[in-house]
Amino acid sequence: MEKIRALIVDDSSVMRKIVERSLRQAGVELEKIVEAGNGAEALAALGKEPVDLILCDINMPVMDGLEFVRALGGVENAKGVPVVMITTEGSENHVVQALTAGAKGYIRKPFTPEQVKEHVLPVIGKKS
Amino acid sequence: MSTDTSLAVRSHEENWLPVLELAVEEVFEIMVGQRVKPVSKTEHAPKREFTAMVGLAGALCGILTITCARTTAREMTKCMLSAEIAESEEQISDALGEISNMIAGNFKNKLAATDGQCMLSVPTVIKGEEYSVRSMADGDNLETVMLFAGEAVSVCLQLHN
Repeated sequence: MEKIRALIVDDSSVMRKIVERSLRQAGVELEKIVEAGNGAEALAALGKEPVDLILCDINMPVMDGLEFVRALGGVENAKGVPVVMITTEGSENHVVQALTAGAKGYIRKPFTPEQVKEHVLPVIGKKS
Repeated sequence: MSTDTSLAVRSHEENWLPVLELAVEEVFEIMVGQRVKPVSKTEHAPKREFTAMVGLAGALCGILTITCARTTAREMTKCMLSAEIAESEEQISDALGEISNMIAGNFKNKLAATDGQCMLSVPTVIKGEEYSVRSMADGDNLETVMLFAGEAVSVCLQLHN
């Protein structure tokens, strides 16, 4: 499997580590992990380097996940990059908002590595 | 289920305590990697050296708090990170805040007709016992105590009518 660069956006550093571990457990080979604590930090990170996958929380200070996904349209390094939301917000309303904004997948916390595998592998072109 | 029924009535009629307990059990089993079960509050009084709280607003309004000893919060962090040692106080606060956030989210996602109309705040964590809280929540008070690694952990949801 080709190695990928993933951007993990969550205001919890512990959760970022868990998401990274879950990606590895799902069989995703990671060339690099870029971390951001909110949407604004993530946009700044994307301005510096491209990534192949974005995993993003919704409830974050400064810029939330939905606002961040909506802002990705104007970011050159984000064009065609799949976004998967990982969040405690599990309502249909949030799912619809996220998918309408451009997210390709939605995982509800608490989540298992199997759920990460099921939702992430298809969006990066791998079989789950 | 109508959303205009008062939360106090709903929480009694629908018996929300088992829902809260299930939400806690799932978060610990899936994200912390440890099974927990409710125990008697009178026999297992948790220390309140670490407190994490998350506000709920909208159709479901109130505050969820999780309280435990510092050593217990540290052990939870170690389990979540599969680490030998928790790195720092900041990491312990971060982990406990995230646990409270996931419990609140998991709880509201299990309730009919509140999920889509209820928002969560970013968690707040208090270190130390020398504090008092005056909540404006004037409704029901649901509390469960769980044993984690032999130590008591309190999860309390104070509802605002």
